[in-house]
Amino acid sequence: MEEREEAQPKSGSRLKFIIGGTLIIAAIVYLVISSTKANAQYFYTIDELKSRGQSLVGQNVRISGAVVGDSIQYDPQTLALSFTIANVPADNKQIEAQGGLAFVLHEAVTDPARTRMQAVYIGPKPDLLRDEAQAIMTGQVGEDGVFYADELLLKCPTKYEEAVPNQVAP
Amino acid sequence: MVANLGYATLIITFLVSIYGVVAAYLGARRNSHALVDSARNAMLLTFPLLTISALAIIYLLINGHYEVQYVTEVTSNSMPLYLKITALWGGQAGSLLFWSWLMSAFASAVTLRKWDRDREFLPWVTLVSLVTLAFFLILSIFVENPFISFWHTPTGSITTAMFRPAGTSLFIPQDGNGLNPLLRHPGMIIHPPMLYLGFVAFVIPYAFAIAALVTGRTDARWIRLTRRWTIVAWVFLSLGLVLGMRWAYDVLGWGGYWGWDPVENSAFMPWLIGTAFLHSVIVQEKRGMLKQWNMVLIILTYDLVIFGTFLTRSGVLSSVHAFAQSAIGPLFFGFIGVTFITSMILVIYRWDDLKSDVEMTSWFSREALFLLNNLLFFGLFIVIFWGVIFPVLSEALGIVGQKIPSLSSIFTGQKVTVGPQWYEGIVWLPFAGLLLLMGIAPLSSWQYSTAKTIGRAMWKPSLASLLVVIGLVLVGFRSLPALLGFWLCSFVIFVTFYEFWRAAWARHHARNENLLLAFWFMIGKNRRRYGGYIIHLGMILMAIGILGIELFQEQTQGTIPQGGQIEIGQYTVKFDSLSVFDTADGRNVARAVVSVYKDGRYIGELHPRRDYYYESQQPMTIAGVRSTPEDDLYVLLVDWQPLSTSAATFKIYHNPLVWWLWFGSIVFILGSVVAAWPSKEPEMVMVSKSIPETSKA
Repeated sequence: MEEREEAQPKSGSRLKFIIGGTLIIAAIVYLVISSTKANAQYFYTIDELKSRGQSLVGQNVRISGAVVGDSIQYDPQTLALSFTIANVPADNKQIEAQGGLAFVLHEAVTDPARTRMQAVYIGPKPDLLRDEAQAIMTGQVGEDGVFYADELLLKCPTKYEEAVPNQVAP
Repeated sequence: MVANLGYATLIITFLVSIYGVVAAYLGARRNSHALVDSARNAMLLTFPLLTISALAIIYLLINGHYEVQYVTEVTSNSMPLYLKITALWGGQAGSLLFWSWLMSAFASAVTLRKWDRDREFLPWVTLVSLVTLAFFLILSIFVENPFISFWHTPTGSITTAMFRPAGTSLFIPQDGNGLNPLLRHPGMIIHPPMLYLGFVAFVIPYAFAIAALVTGRTDARWIRLTRRWTIVAWVFLSLGLVLGMRWAYDVLGWGGYWGWDPVENSAFMPWLIGTAFLHSVIVQEKRGMLKQWNMVLIILTYDLVIFGTFLTRSGVLSSVHAFAQSAIGPLFFGFIGVTFITSMILVIYRWDDLKSDVEMTSWFSREALFLLNNLLFFGLFIVIFWGVIFPVLSEALGIVGQKIPSLSSIFTGQKVTVGPQWYEGIVWLPFAGLLLLMGIAPLSSWQYSTAKTIGRAMWKPSLASLLVVIGLVLVGFRSLPALLGFWLCSFVIFVTFYEFWRAAWARHHARNENLLLAFWFMIGKNRRRYGGYIIHLGMILMAIGILGIELFQEQTQGTIPQGGQIEIGQYTVKFDSLSVFDTADGRNVARAVVSVYKDGRYIGELHPRRDYYYESQQPMTIAGVRSTPEDDLYVLLVDWQPLSTSAATFKIYHNPLVWWLWFGSIVFILGSVVAAWPSKEPEMVMVSKSIPETSKA
C-alpha cells in the first residue's frame, strides 16, 4: 500500500507487513475452504436425490418439495411428524415459467406420476405445514430412502405483495 | 386527487434533481457561483417536495384509500393509526420513497452548512447526492410507483395503472391485506428507518470523497468535514442491525437473534466496511497514510449500501425478508456498476496524489495495528460476501470443480446454500483477532511502538485477565472457545478501564482536580478517543452476550398435561393453564400460564402465547421470556390439543448471558453520542494544528 520510495527507513519493513497480511489471508481462506467442505448444503430436487441413489446416503443435503396434505401424520406426544413430498423444480425461473409457485405446487400434488418421497421430522408441527405448501428441508437420506429432516422451512404462496386483492368489487 | 398530487410531486422532484445535477456540473466547470448556488437551491428544494410526496402517501394510508394498490397491500381497517403511518416503509414502493425522502433530508442538511472554506467541494457534493437521489426517484416513478391505483375493466377484471385506462372505472376494495403480523413489533417499526438512516448517511462521506477526488484536494480535509457524518451513519446502521436482532429474538421464535440470512448479511457488509473506514481515516488524519485505501473503503461502503437496499428489496436470494419480487434488479446492478467503475477510475486518476506521506515502520505502532484491524474487517467482509454470492455462483462454477479435482467437493455444479454453521466456522477467527486488537491498540503509540513498550503497558491488564481465566477454570469452565472468548473480553475491559484510570489519574495529579471531574474533563478533551473506548466496551458486552448464547444455549421440547413439568438446566417449567379467546382487533389468542421454578424455588409466571390473525390467516408465536443479566428463560407455546386445553407442547430455550447483548448496544450508543457530540473548539484550530503533522515527512 505504501509506495513512496523516499524517506523510508528500512526496506525490509514492507516485506514484514506483506508476510503478516498474507498469513492472515491464508488463515481465512483455509477456514473458508474447510468450512465449505464441512457445512455447505447442496440443494437437490427429489428427482435428483432419487437418481443419485445410495451415493448421498448420510450426507447433509437440502431438498424442496410440495407437501401432500393427506399424508401428514403427527403424534403430539412424541412430536414425530411425517409427510410425503412431491417433486418440484428447484429453480425459481423454472417455477415462474411454469406458472408461478402456487400453480407448480398444485400440479405436483395432484399429479400421481410425480416422484414422491417420505419425510420425517421430530418437532412441533408448523402451522404452515398444509396441503400444497412448499417444504424446504435440510437433513439426510436414510438407508430406507426416507428423508430425515433436521430443519424444516415452509413457504406458502403468499398473499402479500399480491397484485389484486381478494375483495369483491362494491 | 391526493395520489396524483403525490406522483406529480415525484416527477417535479426528479426534474429538479436533474436540473441540479446539470447546474452543479456546469457551475463547477465554468467556476460560476451563480450556477452552483442554483444547484444548491435545487438540492434544498427536493426536501420539501419529497415531504409533500411522503405526506400524500401517509394521507392515503391513514384514510384507507384502498383504491391505491400500495395502501391495500400494507394496511387494513383494523390496524391502529401508528401502524398505518409506519406502513410508509412496510412495503417495497413506500420504503423506496422513504429512502429518497431521508436522502434529501440529509443532503439538504449538508448543503446548509457554511461552505466558505470548502466552496470547491460544494458542486460535487451536490452532484453526487442528486445523482443518487435521481436514481431512487427513477425507481419510484417508473418501476415501484406507490401511487398506482386499481381499475375495473369492462370485461370485469382488475388492472393497475397510474392514470385511468380508457373505458375503466376506479376499483375501491373495502379493506386491505394488512401489515404482515410478523412486522408488528416495535423493533420492526423502527428497525427499517434506523437502517435506512445509516445507509443514507453514508452517502454524505462518499459524496465528499468524490468531491475530493474530482477537485484534487486529496488531503484529510474531506475526512475532517465528514467525520461526524460517518459516526452518525455508523451508529444508525449499528442500531438498525441490533433492532433487527432484537426483533428476530422476540418474534421469530427460534431462540436466536442472527441467522446469517442474505438480507441480514447485506446490511452487515456496509457496516463492516464502514467500521474499517471509521478506523482507517484516523490513520490518515494523524499520519497521512492509507489515503488510497480510505477512498476504496468509502466507495465500497457506498455501493454496499446500494447493494443492501437492492437485496432487501428484490428477492434475488431466497430469504425470510425478501417478500418482494420485482423488476428493479437490472437497474440496481447498472447503477452499482456505473458508480463503482466511475469512482474507481477517479481513484486511479488521483492515485499518485493519494500516496502516503510516510512509510509504516513498526509492527506494533498504532497505525500498523489499525491496518491489521482493517485487514480483519475486510476479511470478514470478503467471507460474508462470498457466503452471499457462493450459492449463486456454485452452480455456474461446476466447471472449476471438473478442472481442478481437489476443489470438486466445493464446486459441484449443484445449487448450494451455506447456513449459520458455515459462517460460524469461519468468522470466529477474525472476530477473536478484532477483540485482541481492541485490547492492544489503545496501548500502542503512533509511529513507534515495540513489543517491549506494549508489554510494559500491557502486563497489568493481562495479568488481571489471566486471573479471570483461572477463576473460570476453577469454577468448572472447560470449553476452550469459551475460555478464549472470555479471556479476550476481560482483557479488553481491563485495558479500557486502565486507560481511563491512567488518564484521569494523571490529570487529577497534574491539575489538582477531583478525580471524577478530571475524568469528565478528560473525556471532553478527546471525545472521539474516549467515545471510541466506550463503544469498544459496548462491543465487548455484546460479545459476552453472544458467547453466552452461542456456546451455552440449551433447548428442550415436550408435550405436557396440565400440571406437568419440563426441566431445563436449573429451571423447572410447570404448565398451569391455557385459555383460548378472540380479541377485538381480529386475533385468536391462545395464552398459556406456566410457573417457573429455579432450583426448586418459585420465581414467577410466564405467558407464552400464540396469536392467530384472522385477516392475514397467519399465526404469530410470542415467547414468554424471563430475562436477567445471568440468563434468559425463553418459553414458546408451539401447540396444544385442538379440542381440549389440557395438554400443550412447549419449546424452551435457556440462553445464558444474552441480556448483555442488548445492554451492550445501549453502551455503544452512549459512546457514539460522546464521540459525535459537536465540539466547542473552532475547526480552524484543529486544522492548523494538523498541517505540520501531516507534512512532516
